[in-house]
Order: sequence, then structure tokens, then C-alpha cells
Amino acid sequence: MSLARDIADLGAVTSRLDTVGGSSGALSNRNLIINGAMQVAQRGTSAATANSSNEGYNTLDRWYILYSSSAGGAATMSQDTTVPNKSFTNSLKLDVTTADTSVDVNHAISLQCRIEAQDIANSGWDYTNSNSNMSVSFWARSVKAGTYCVFFLTDDGTQKSLVQEYTLEANTWKYVTLTFKGDSGISFNNDNGLGLYVGWTLVAGSNRYQSATAGTWIEKSSGNGQARYATSNQVNFFDSTSNDFYLTGVQLEVGDTATDFEHRSFGDELARCQRYYHKIDAATAYSTLGTAALSTATISTIYPFAGFNLRSVPTLESSGVSTFLLQCNNANESVSALSINGHASGQVPICSCTHDSSTAGFAGSLIANNNAAAYIAFSSEL
Amino acid sequence: MFENLQYQKDPVTDENMCINGTRSGVHISVPLDPNNSDYQAILEWAEEDSNEIAAAD
Repeated sequence: MSLARDIADLGAVTSRLDTVGGSSGALSNRNLIINGAMQVAQRGTSAATANSSNEGYNTLDRWYILYSSSAGGAATMSQDTTVPNKSFTNSLKLDVTTADTSVDVNHAISLQCRIEAQDIANSGWDYTNSNSNMSVSFWARSVKAGTYCVFFLTDDGTQKSLVQEYTLEANTWKYVTLTFKGDSGISFNNDNGLGLYVGWTLVAGSNRYQSATAGTWIEKSSGNGQARYATSNQVNFFDSTSNDFYLTGVQLEVGDTATDFEHRSFGDELARCQRYYHKIDAATAYSTLGTAALSTATISTIYPFAGFNLRSVPTLESSGVSTFLLQCNNANESVSALSINGHASGQVPICSCTHDSSTAGFAGSLIANNNAAAYIAFSSEL
Repeated sequence: MFENLQYQKDPVTDENMCINGTRSGVHISVPLDPNNSDYQAILEWAEEDSNEIAAAD
């Protein structure tokens, strides 16, 4: 390689480091958002959402949809291939299917990333210092033009929120960068509990923006006591079934300046998601999902096939019990119950299985019952 | 949101060990752990009018 080439390459690297270093953030692993490029969707790629119906985590990993205070309207949330440029292959799409043109004062609808307190506490953000900033950057597009809001809401100590605004033109991708400053009144525990909500507001009733000013922290308990998700400029994205909203390339990092999106491999992103949700699909009709130890003739402890490092003791999610069999001593037994075991942990999420009579003391397997759609999953979401 | 919730007993200790039921049609089994967000949500749900978690069989 020529000396000129070496110098050119060095210049490019130096320029890149200046961009990142200027943010006072980390050179790598600086994006605190998991699945910001919308690559991972273990639960499925599309769900019809509404208040109390598929609310929460149901499509893209780590992306939560909240219909606050039983907000009206409905929308299909999906992993989509509409993207702003070739840097991305996926986006989150929200397609309004039932409009809500009369928004109650307490109602709000938002997309949220919920971040562990210890990940904020150890991020390097001097969060009690109002001169120390977090930067949020993302690509967004909407059929409905106007002002939208992004909010921080803390969970430890005195709950406070900070809202920032951005504007979109109709049907046009926009790269948005926003800055969120620290505040002496906020705190984050050094633990695995919920620390920070980062939310993209789509609808906000008047109590959700009461006294809220862009760029100013406000206590949740002040005024009407509702968490503030917006300013009064927030559009009602749910006012028409023609409305679609897209989001991708989401990054949250320490520093005054947003840097280029930190692209991560699918495997890396999946592993991060699996701290909060880990799904084991059967994939074939009689796949084995875990090892069984028969403590009695009809009760087994199931050790699922996977390495786990879940955030906390998880919820077991599964297909119906009829989709499983307990295979032992050259016979298949029907399963009548599958539960999270009382001794389960985040590292060892064992299950208890009740089944037709087999041989106590033997080992066996939990297998799919001629059903490739059978699955077990462990959820320790925030 | 939650349906058919019922406590399940540990077959060894005979004490309640989890709550089984469905959420949006998905079978769930929730540990009685205060750090589990589903358990937190169930406790809030149970405080609402007429929502009950059935005792274990």
C-alpha cells in the first residue's frame, strides 16, 4: 500500500474519531438503545394493537407501545422495510386502523424504550448536572406533518420528565437530533430495575402536556399528576386511518452531539434483546425444547435448551400445553400444565411440567407435539 | 389484558409459586417476584374493580 493511501486512511480515521470524541461519549457500545435499527422481532413482525390488546411488547424487541389511561384508537405495529437510505433495512411502522379524534385529557399513545437504571447510572452521563447532556438521534417519517415530541421520564426517586420537539413534513424521512440535559432532581439506582423511559409521542391529551415546556424538566406529581409526554404543540397522529409513522436508526448516547448510528450485527443485537426476552421455537414438528427430570411420575422439572442471562426471574410464555409432549422411557405423555418453577432465576429459568404418568427418577425431554409452531419463551422485560 | 389467572402451587412445597393464565391470548406463567414487571402489572390489575386471581386448586 502506498504512503499516500496510508495517510488518506489515517485522515479518515482521525476525522471519525473527532466526530465521536467530540460527544464526550464512548467510541463503541455508545448506543444505549437496543434494537434501534429494528432488526430483531422474536415475537412476530406484526400485531394489531389497542388499549389492553397487544399493548406492550408484541413485535419488535424492546419497543413498547403504550395506550395511556385506556387511550382510544388502534394501530398495526410492524417491522417494515421502508427505510430512509441504504444504511438500514428495517423500520418500525405504526399504521392507524381506528382513529381517535376526540382525545381525553389523560390519554396518550407513545412508543417507548425502557432502559435499566444501572445502564443509565453507569453510562457516564453526569445526570444531576444541567450542563451534561444525552443526545437522541433517529430517522422518522409520517403521513401527518407537524410537531411531534420525544420525552425522557425517570422512574427512580422523584419522577420527572423532559420533553423535546421535532417537526416532520408529510411523507418525508427526516434525521432528527435532540439534546436532553441533566437535572439535580433526577436519580437512577445502580440496579436492574426500570430507570428511564424514552418515548416517541403520537397522541397527548391536555393533562399530558400541562405546564410542560420543551427543554425543561417537570415533576410528574406537579399539577394533574400525570406523566408529561409532550408539549401543547404535539399533533394527534391518530386522527385519521390514513396515517402511518415510521421510525429507525434510533440512538441514545452520552454527549452534546449525536454521532453516526452505531450499526451492530444481528447476532449482537439479538443477544442484547435476549436479556429481556428469549424465545425457543420448535421449528420442526417434534423438536426438543428442553431436558426433563421426572421428580415424580407426573411432575418434571424442565431445563430449557439455551444459555440465559435474563434481567430477572422471567415470565414463562408458551404455546398451549397441547402443543407439547413429555418424552420419557420410549413413550410420549400428554402435558397438562407448564409453569415457571418456584426456584427459577434469570440464569436458570427452569419450568415445572405436569404430564400423564411416566417413570419417576428418569430423564426425558419436552418436545413439540407434531407442531412446528410450539414455543417457550422467557420474558423479563421492563 | 389478563384472563383466567390462577395461582399454581409448588408440587414439592405446596406453596404458591406462580400465577398462570393468558395475556392477549398468550399463555403466561408469572413468578411471584417483585422485580418481574408482569407480576407488578398483575398486582395493579388485581387492584382494579372485580379483577381476581383464583386460588390454586
